[in-house]
Amino acid sequence: MAGRTFAEKALARAAGMDDARAGDIVDVTPDLMLSHDNSAAISRIFQQTGAPRILHPERIAITLDHAAPAPTTRHAENHAEVRVWAQEHGITHLFEVGRGICHQVISEEGLVLPGETVLGADSHTTHAGWLGAFGAGVGRTEMAALWATGQLWMRVPEAIRIMLSGRLARGVTAKDLALYLLGILGANGALYRSVEFAGDGIAGLSLDARAVLPNMMAEAGAKNAYLPPDDAVFDYLTARRTRDYTPLYPDADASYAAEHHVDLTAIPPQIALPSRPDRVVPLSEALGQPVHQAFIGTCTNGRLEDLRAAAEVLQNQRVRCRLIVIPASAEVLRAAAREGIIDTLVGAGAAIGTPGCGPCMGNHMGVPAPDEVTISSGSRNFRGRMGTANAPVYLASPYVVAASAIEGRIADPRETIQ
Amino acid sequence: MRSEHRCWVYGDDVNTDVIFPGRYTYTLREPDEIAAHALEDLDPAFARAVQPGDVIVAGANWGCGSSREQAVTALKHAGIALIVAASFGRIYFRNCINQGLLPVTLPGLNTRLTTGDTLIWDRDAWTIRAAGESYAIPRLPVSVQAILDAGGLLPMLQQRFSQVMP
Repeated sequence: MAGRTFAEKALARAAGMDDARAGDIVDVTPDLMLSHDNSAAISRIFQQTGAPRILHPERIAITLDHAAPAPTTRHAENHAEVRVWAQEHGITHLFEVGRGICHQVISEEGLVLPGETVLGADSHTTHAGWLGAFGAGVGRTEMAALWATGQLWMRVPEAIRIMLSGRLARGVTAKDLALYLLGILGANGALYRSVEFAGDGIAGLSLDARAVLPNMMAEAGAKNAYLPPDDAVFDYLTARRTRDYTPLYPDADASYAAEHHVDLTAIPPQIALPSRPDRVVPLSEALGQPVHQAFIGTCTNGRLEDLRAAAEVLQNQRVRCRLIVIPASAEVLRAAAREGIIDTLVGAGAAIGTPGCGPCMGNHMGVPAPDEVTISSGSRNFRGRMGTANAPVYLASPYVVAASAIEGRIADPRETIQ
Repeated sequence: MRSEHRCWVYGDDVNTDVIFPGRYTYTLREPDEIAAHALEDLDPAFARAVQPGDVIVAGANWGCGSSREQAVTALKHAGIALIVAASFGRIYFRNCINQGLLPVTLPGLNTRLTTGDTLIWDRDAWTIRAAGESYAIPRLPVSVQAILDAGGLLPMLQQRFSQVMP
């Protein structure tokens, strides 16, 4: 009997079954159900279902992050509706404006653990794979169904294995690796697939770096992505976990639909050109392109290591174009303040925003003017993504974004940090 | 039942940000308001010219990107009867089913049609006829088809809860 992939094991577990195979359709009971500013819309759908009550309010997490603090009265009404709903229905895991981005917050709060399943009304729920959980995005109506019934059908995905070896060079980050992979896979290269990382290259990636990979595999169409949790993950969770857990690992003889090998040592900095996350070229091919705005933040690259990278580049420098820095969470912001990173960034001319999603999907806090060019550490650069249709967006690592802010042009950070 | 439909033809990797921009996602609520912005950043002519019964015929990975369900709502309430694509973004595919809009996976059809062409949908034969050929509509798993047959996930839940509640 062939072995099982992570996805097969995780969805069998979540469905309460002994076994599941790729292609099976199973009814999953997730350990966590995640939503955000869209919770008001979800609550309105829930109320139409006729369900008598929310089945597992303790398994729900809601963050106010996508347009927070509220930029308009209508956004504020939306938040107010979510607060009342959570209060009335005993949803205690409600995270207020400023606590941070949903995927980062549930990681910090230990609300999703290795081997568990989280379904989220957000496409970047794949993020949870960084600690060995199964995370997948669903729609609003599905989240309402989950609140009502605790269950949702899932097709067990085929898996792709990505073997990592070697170590990233200085100034090269997991973001460059994620972009490099998107360049190879393309926007639908992992469609309906579980992207399962393996290999001794993972041990050399920090926890902040690991989160970038499953997060961005959403841009290749992945259903979920997975990194095998190790002692570094278990240590992180020791003080945070809310319950016991059992990590899951794929069998050595599991079968994969495709396999890729990547030598981390050989990857140079990468950049995604407008307006596709998979339109990736080596950074060297985009150097010199003028930029009007630089943005460091998002669930992809707004963690402490990312702010630290920016500060390393911006130490004793001055930005030539506006730079917006938005930590992924309050915890990140506090740690960055303690380390003096915030002081360095503000000293260099950066504007610091409230932890949350910021301008990533065009709601507020850094919407570009028409024809302005942005370089962002986020994960999406689709036309109109940041709120303005004719405003090109490049995607790169925090190092590259910071170096570009200094020059007002796309620049190579390795010249600054060495 | 056979019906004739006018096609709107698009390419590969059309993402939900251009189908329904994120800048509207927490402020526009009503389906008609949402439909007025359908495909705004890809094809500004669409929302004004679309007619009830029109269909979308697209390339690979239609609806990739954000999970936002309004990217289906916008098209459904603009009158789109069917979405045919070489493949779908996985959340978009689910959102279609949940909103009672049949997603038809048919590789290559978008390259044989242009916007304005006619497609014939035979619901009984479970086929599509377009560009001079007939194509079988791939069957969905029984449990998934049941959601479509109920008219979407919300009607299905309403049935379920009306049965358990007195």
